[in-house]
Amino acid sequence: MKRWIEANSWTLGLAALLVALLLATKLIQPGFGASGLDSLARAALPFALATVGMAIVVLAGGIDLSIAAMMAVASVTGAVLMAGASDAQAVLVVIAVLALGLAMGAINGVLIVASRVPDIVVTLAMLFVWQGVALLILNAPGGGAAGWLRAMGAGGVPLPGLGWLPRGIVFLAIVTALIWLPIRRSKLGLRLYAIGSDPMAAFRSGVPVGQTRIAAYALCGLFAALGGLSVTMGTGIGEPIPGPYLLASVAAVVLGGVVLGGGRGGLIGPILAVFILRTVRMDLTLLSVDPNVAAIVEGTIMVAVVMFGAVLATRGRRT
Amino acid sequence: MTMTDTPSPMSRLGRMMVDNPLLPLIGLLILLIAVLAILNPGVLSMFWAGNTIKIAIPLAMLAACQTLTMLTGGIDLSVGTVATIAAYVTATLAPMTGVPPAIAVALACAVLVGLVNGFGVAICRVHPLIMTLGTALIATGCLLVYQRYVIATGVLIPDFLIWLGTGRSLGLPNSLVLFIPFAALVIWAQRRSGFGRLLYAIGANEAAARLSGVRVWQVHLTLYTISSVIAGVTGLLYLGQIKTASLSLALPLDLPSVAAAVIGGTSIFGGRGGFGGTIVGALILTVLTSMLTLMQIPEGGRRILFGLIILAVTALFIRLTERS
Repeated sequence: MKRWIEANSWTLGLAALLVALLLATKLIQPGFGASGLDSLARAALPFALATVGMAIVVLAGGIDLSIAAMMAVASVTGAVLMAGASDAQAVLVVIAVLALGLAMGAINGVLIVASRVPDIVVTLAMLFVWQGVALLILNAPGGGAAGWLRAMGAGGVPLPGLGWLPRGIVFLAIVTALIWLPIRRSKLGLRLYAIGSDPMAAFRSGVPVGQTRIAAYALCGLFAALGGLSVTMGTGIGEPIPGPYLLASVAAVVLGGVVLGGGRGGLIGPILAVFILRTVRMDLTLLSVDPNVAAIVEGTIMVAVVMFGAVLATRGRRT
Repeated sequence: MTMTDTPSPMSRLGRMMVDNPLLPLIGLLILLIAVLAILNPGVLSMFWAGNTIKIAIPLAMLAACQTLTMLTGGIDLSVGTVATIAAYVTATLAPMTGVPPAIAVALACAVLVGLVNGFGVAICRVHPLIMTLGTALIATGCLLVYQRYVIATGVLIPDFLIWLGTGRSLGLPNSLVLFIPFAALVIWAQRRSGFGRLLYAIGANEAAARLSGVRVWQVHLTLYTISSVIAGVTGLLYLGQIKTASLSLALPLDLPSVAAAVIGGTSIFGGRGGFGGTIVGALILTVLTSMLTLMQIPEGGRRILFGLIILAVTALFIRLTERS
């Protein structure tokens, strides 16, 4: 038990911080309750999904700068195809968009492996490409979303024994668990961590480094597609210009205890970190801070977190 | 990697292109102009040439930021935001305080962003890409807050900036008055000055540079500050050219500035390249853009093309340098 606590001290600390922040929210606004938690979950959902995708790539020793642009592509594709479609057709659309996400991520991965250009440059170039694709599909925010998809993100799910949970959180937990847990337990999960901590050693122990890297980027693309769908889910339209998901996901990954450079960390920490960052933003709104000022504060926190993480990473490399 | 086998003519050609990118680039530029002339006969004229140069100059100046930062293996994605802020602050403060103080404040903002970038890159060792993206996000937030306080003051664009941005003398754009000394200074600085050599040294091998006594953090701090100041000055020039103060004035130049530097033969990994190639790169992109506009390719298509160009040129560059 003691060893488990020690091994997960960072994650536990994040959880404690999140609880403290939620208590602070309750102090700021005594009426904070189910509906507040629900809107928090809804706002955090795209960020959380982007962060999960980013975390998988970072664990495998890479980084994906095109994640926000892929989300935009998924969001507009979903919204354009769903506008005027029936509920049954919308299911097909969702599946198609998820496949599209996998394909976009796999393209990123194949380009990185085949061109031997560093991931940061490839995904920067692909960031522009996916942005262009999103703009070609939909020039201005528009399109529509199926009713059941919109309903999925809002409201609550009564859980026996646990009381009540916002649907956003349940959705996030189910999706992440369904996709990540089987992978984490399989050979692929081990390989992801292996190429993240030392690609050369992984290669020498027979890990197909290239394939594993492509798989990591494809998974990232899949989560980006989920994130893009959740944007459409929240707003009911497709957004061709992505929000600040790139920086937010990098910051959450770093704050969540995943080392930039790969090989160490999990997914729970980054997800907790997303909720911490979102709660800070919500508290600023509740304190009736000007939204633009809140954006500045949030950006400053994210940059400070990334700076702190970089300092830690440099220290770690030296010792 | 074996050094014994004789280089094939192909790799020797590649080697030459990497070492001396200016000639093939100018060839490409002439080719593009020829294609444009075929697509749209009668377009070529002195006026067209002046116009192309005029449009290419702000792009080339922002690409100078990318060139200098890329020499050390970095990148500066906050240049578009900094240029926008400098332009907006100048235009909105000028009616209240007069032109010189407005420009001083605008450039002070640029210096501030540059110092924050430099601090993050030099001292905290954050990857420049993420750092400059972060400061751009914060700076945009600050601009939005600032905008609410000056929304009623009106806009004044200084006359000399309009003269510089849109005027022509002897058929050539006046912005050359600013650009030629600027380009000469940048090329001199990167080739001949000690600072320029430090940039190449850090880009080629940072550890070696550090061990030979270079204070890398000081170089980074100076570099990102200089880069932001260049971006700020570009913003002023661009303000004179566009003649409106908007909150997204120079943002569309962010991506082309990276593309111009990469096309111009500057390695995104550091240690290779120069501003001469970047200027030709900016001209190539400007001609290419007018071609795409002529063919009615939408903005999205243009972004895809620019992204693919960056990727293709970098991949080609890696192939060419690896073999030798």
